[in-house]
Amino acid sequence: MAALLVVVAFVAAWQLYTVVSGLDEFVLPAPSAVAGSLVEDRALLAENFAVTATEMLLGLACALVLGVALTALLHLSSAARRGLYPLLVGTQVVPIVLVAPLLVVWFGFGVRPKLFIVALVCFFPIVVPTLDALRRIDPDRLKLLRTLGASRWQVLRFAEAPSALPALFTGTRLAVAVAAIAAVLAEYSGSEKGLGRLTLQSLPQLETARAYAAIVVLMAFTLTLYAGLVALERRLLPWASSSPKGPQTRS
Amino acid sequence: MEATSVKVARSQMAAEVVLEGVAHAYGEVRALADIGLRAAPGEVVAIVGPSGCGKSTLLDIVCGLITPQAGRVEAPRAVLMPQRDQLLPWLTALDNAALALRVAGASKAQARAAAHPLLKDLGLEGFERTRPAELSGGMRQRVAFARTLLAGAPVLCLDEPFGALDALTRADTQAWLAGALERTPRTVLLVTHDVEEAVLLADAVIVLSPRPGRVLATLAVELPRPRAATDPGVVALRAQALRAMR
Repeated sequence: MAALLVVVAFVAAWQLYTVVSGLDEFVLPAPSAVAGSLVEDRALLAENFAVTATEMLLGLACALVLGVALTALLHLSSAARRGLYPLLVGTQVVPIVLVAPLLVVWFGFGVRPKLFIVALVCFFPIVVPTLDALRRIDPDRLKLLRTLGASRWQVLRFAEAPSALPALFTGTRLAVAVAAIAAVLAEYSGSEKGLGRLTLQSLPQLETARAYAAIVVLMAFTLTLYAGLVALERRLLPWASSSPKGPQTRS
Repeated sequence: MEATSVKVARSQMAAEVVLEGVAHAYGEVRALADIGLRAAPGEVVAIVGPSGCGKSTLLDIVCGLITPQAGRVEAPRAVLMPQRDQLLPWLTALDNAALALRVAGASKAQARAAAHPLLKDLGLEGFERTRPAELSGGMRQRVAFARTLLAGAPVLCLDEPFGALDALTRADTQAWLAGALERTPRTVLLVTHDVEEAVLLADAVIVLSPRPGRVLATLAVELPRPRAATDPGVVALRAQALRAMR
């Protein structure tokens, strides 16, 4: 509720500033102009949104599959941990801004280079907290499973995997937050459609309000995904004590 | 200590536990030195001693979680009830109790059906679907005990099962455990730092020294049950055990 008030105050201040300063609309459009573009350009926005949303969702799905598989491999095999973990860190120091155009050269203007970039950016925040959670499980919990006669697979299934699920949710939420950035970045490097592409095109056409509208649509989508994950986590993991809304005091 | 002197026998038949000359060290730290003890089938043997005297290590050895560096261990399958209840927070009370059955290969429905009557016996009816975070300390302990019993092992190793409970809950839970063991006798190794608890519950009390743990005294508790902390026999044995610890 408090967050909503801040947003309202921010938008109001923005509106006021554009009126008082008398800036041209193509320099800084008023929120009302952005809202107008959201309505007028809705077909154009929807068309481009569909492309970006596909890139983000498919990229996230790839990151999730890849991330979970990698986490399991790294957890179960110390050889893989020694051999692969440094390489994983290595993937994160790849300057994506520079690599993205190279991928476009390789894969073309389609969805493939975008998936690659979104997945590359998003799998890391999924792997790190989840692997960390697996490694920090109370040894007595594992001892309990062993004393009940559990096999390696059963220890993973009954104790380790559920213990790590809250961290997997945390990682996925982090991944969602960066997925939009990754998708837009990928579109900047070469694409025919998408909200990032639309923003880039709108500026030389002096359609600044449309560029802002594209950003609003992208933000709304990312927030919806994030909120959906929070709701899913509450529903699936009611026992996890972490408060997904971030640090807050219980009253 | 040579590894060749270690012998661990796991018989499925007799629920007797015998340890002879068992010693173990973690690196430089010697946890146990020359432990000998015997628990006859159906007997409750309490192991008391100061903190850090290797009591938990001893249970790990009996349960086969650790192979001792020296000595002879003869024990059938033994199941450990670890310190703190170690209930899994995502499972309900019923599913936590049924965990041993699930591990043994039962389906969820079978395991629940088998665990349900025991929870009822333990006075947990109506709490089957409650998660551990919403159970009281005493209830959690009983769920953990149900899980341990349902593992179906002839020997139970209980590590400070009442350690985390307040005095009143502790007395209630002790009385309840004494009753439960009377109804379904098992061979029990009970680790505790509370001498009174040992005398109240056990047929024999083994007093360990500070680290490295060795047996200072073995006291037979030949007192009628149920016992109260104020019984003269209990008071006398408690004093005797405390003297042995000094």
